[in-house]
Amino acid sequence: MSWLTIIAAGVLCGCGAYLLMSRQLSRVIVGFGLMGHGVNLVLVLSGGERGEPAFVDAGTTATDVARFSDPLPQAFVLTAIVISFGVVAFLLALAYRSWCLSGADDVEDDLEDRRIAAPGQRADRNGAAS
Amino acid sequence: MNALVTLPVLLPLLGAALSIAVGRSRLMQRIVGVATLVVMSGLTVALLGRIDEDGIAVTHVGGWTAPVGITLVADRFAVMLLLVSVLTMLAVLVYAIGEPGAEQTHVGFHPLYLILAAGVALSFLTGDLFNLFVAFEVMLMASYALLTLGGRPDQVRSGMTYVAIGLIASTLFLLALAFVYASTGTVNLADLHGKIAQLPPGIRSALAVSLVVVFGIKSAVFPLFFWLPDSYPTAAAPVTAVFAGLLTKIGVYAMIRSQTLLFPPDTWPRELLLVIAGLTMVIGVLGAVAQTDIRRLLSFHIVSQIGYMVMGLGLFTVAGLAAAAFFIVHQIVVKTSLFLVAGLIELRLGSDRLDKLSGLGRIEPVLGALFLLAAFSLAGLPPLSGFVGKLALVDAGFGAGSYAIVGVSLAVSLLTLFSMTKIWSNAFWGPPMSVDVAVGATQIPDLASRRAMLAATGTLVALSLAIALWAGPLYQLAERAAHDLLDPASYLTAVLKR
Amino acid sequence: MKLRSLILDTTVRLVFDAALVLSLYLLFAGHNRPGGGFVGGLVASGALALRYLAGGLDDLFRTIPVRPWLLLAGGLALVVATALRPMFGGGAALDQQAFEWALPVLGTAKFTTATIFDAGVYLIVVGLVLMIFEGLGDDDTADSHSERVGEDRR
Repeated sequence: MSWLTIIAAGVLCGCGAYLLMSRQLSRVIVGFGLMGHGVNLVLVLSGGERGEPAFVDAGTTATDVARFSDPLPQAFVLTAIVISFGVVAFLLALAYRSWCLSGADDVEDDLEDRRIAAPGQRADRNGAAS
Repeated sequence: MNALVTLPVLLPLLGAALSIAVGRSRLMQRIVGVATLVVMSGLTVALLGRIDEDGIAVTHVGGWTAPVGITLVADRFAVMLLLVSVLTMLAVLVYAIGEPGAEQTHVGFHPLYLILAAGVALSFLTGDLFNLFVAFEVMLMASYALLTLGGRPDQVRSGMTYVAIGLIASTLFLLALAFVYASTGTVNLADLHGKIAQLPPGIRSALAVSLVVVFGIKSAVFPLFFWLPDSYPTAAAPVTAVFAGLLTKIGVYAMIRSQTLLFPPDTWPRELLLVIAGLTMVIGVLGAVAQTDIRRLLSFHIVSQIGYMVMGLGLFTVAGLAAAAFFIVHQIVVKTSLFLVAGLIELRLGSDRLDKLSGLGRIEPVLGALFLLAAFSLAGLPPLSGFVGKLALVDAGFGAGSYAIVGVSLAVSLLTLFSMTKIWSNAFWGPPMSVDVAVGATQIPDLASRRAMLAATGTLVALSLAIALWAGPLYQLAERAAHDLLDPASYLTAVLKR
Repeated sequence: MKLRSLILDTTVRLVFDAALVLSLYLLFAGHNRPGGGFVGGLVASGALALRYLAGGLDDLFRTIPVRPWLLLAGGLALVVATALRPMFGGGAALDQQAFEWALPVLGTAKFTTATIFDAGVYLIVVGLVLMIFEGLGDDDTADSHSERVGEDRR
């Protein structure tokens, strides 16, 4: 287990979380990317000690196998990378669409917020609730 | 037997590939979509029959046996829910074909819908935690795209919320997976059962709680539900219906599966789950009472009803889990049909704002009847399916001596009934509004499409009636499933030894 | 795209084929060595991205005559077919088989059915990236974007 990797994972997750708080969509997306990488590093670390690459050839012996690093988390990470690649691409498409529609790169208010903010709607809501 | 377990996952994927390839002809896409789901439900019925007699069926993908490879496990609980889900998806697909909307204007609807079906099937059938993550992602990717089909401004906004929440949940899930793997060296559920029991109690409860949080976001339980009422209502009606019926229930399924199979009962205080369940019910129903749009109102009810399922898990008795299983089956059907009714109302009158609707009962008596049946079933009036589910839950609650949660659940039922009558009195009661003025930008579908949509909704309502009618055998099946959940010995032998 | 950089254009032309060959190498090496369908597909998409940077969408789709969703469908079908095939012989899904031939000059050639699976993944990745380019890689306004989506529907 390497301290450097642990610190890197922490820094990536921290930066990602910070960017997620931002109001700008493009920053949020970068934040998701960074956080995903941080978590992937943690997943790599879950495999335990470092070792040789786990490739079995004709000449591989039992002692070689003992020196292999655990390949399973690496397979997990590969899968996770593929998935986050897809999701981030989709998020980018969504942000682009949002920019096309509104011309702004901002996270928009949700429906409740807007209803509360709009004074005309408030009477309407009270009328329906009574 | 192998094939029966694997095909429900592979078939819709093949269907999706075909559906993309024949993208130029909507008719071919429809044939492929409906045929795939029909065959899938046939297979699932066969599978359910087989495993109810012969016990749990396991297949090891790629021939790699249990702790190493990917296993698919079909037990009663999973296949029972899978069957209801597939039938519901089939009905919604028929509805979507009739509706002028997402299905008719987007080449991507059918492939995405089938990929969603594959993700749903894999989530139910998977026997390892990482594969569950993959299944969730397959399902979520399809749902992201389905939610934003059309790209209207409000869809893009709510899609952002939905995708962001989905991503955060996935990130936490991966983190939880890393912790599980680091502490046990395996992700196979059956293998984890033995290995987690040997861990120190602190680590064990940390793992249990992190998984509860992950599945709690997916299933929208109390502190983590805020995203749901904001994002679901903006999608096309059939898409909202299928999300409302299925996606959160799969979160509950994962929660039940992980809490019963992975963690020994003393891992963390289960009473906390009952507290979460109670709060989810109350907050959800209070949110619903305050709403003025039908779809938003129903979305809050999704949250509130999730509380009942978590209550069944929190009781942690055979009766409680059986009731929860029965309740999930009932909810999938009833919730979906209510959203389909809401879609029909909106199509007929051009709006789902309660203050703008009036007198639909005169114009559309059939729709009114369908709504009443589904709404009363949701509220739990006898003799409908919701009543049976809630009766079982209340009975289990008394059996376990948890009187507080029983009281809460009954009060919430009353409020549910109140908000349903609110829809009824606003939309269906009163003098009929002039429809020609009311219809907005939506095109009026032709008679055949309208019949298809009504028939699909009617079939789902009939299915919920059938659940009430055959409640006895179904509850016995749920009870057998609950026995398997609480005593995983047969699950373990089936997976770990061939 | 009227303004084209000569240097970029020439470099891309030189690099493009080499990158495609590398992606194919990675695809076939994937069984026992680092590589595989996803990585190979990404390298190929990288090459296509260079093409797009140099010549825009027109140039990109002149390079790849197949519509992206067909690549996606073909890839998905290939993957599922590989998964289904062993089940006809009574095996588990995704079981793999290996074949070896002794070829005259080249020595032994080994082929596993997993390579077909990888080829499917490769196609899916390339198809997906092309679809992303089609959807996003365009600095036109929203209107022309939805127009093009409208064409695809037909």
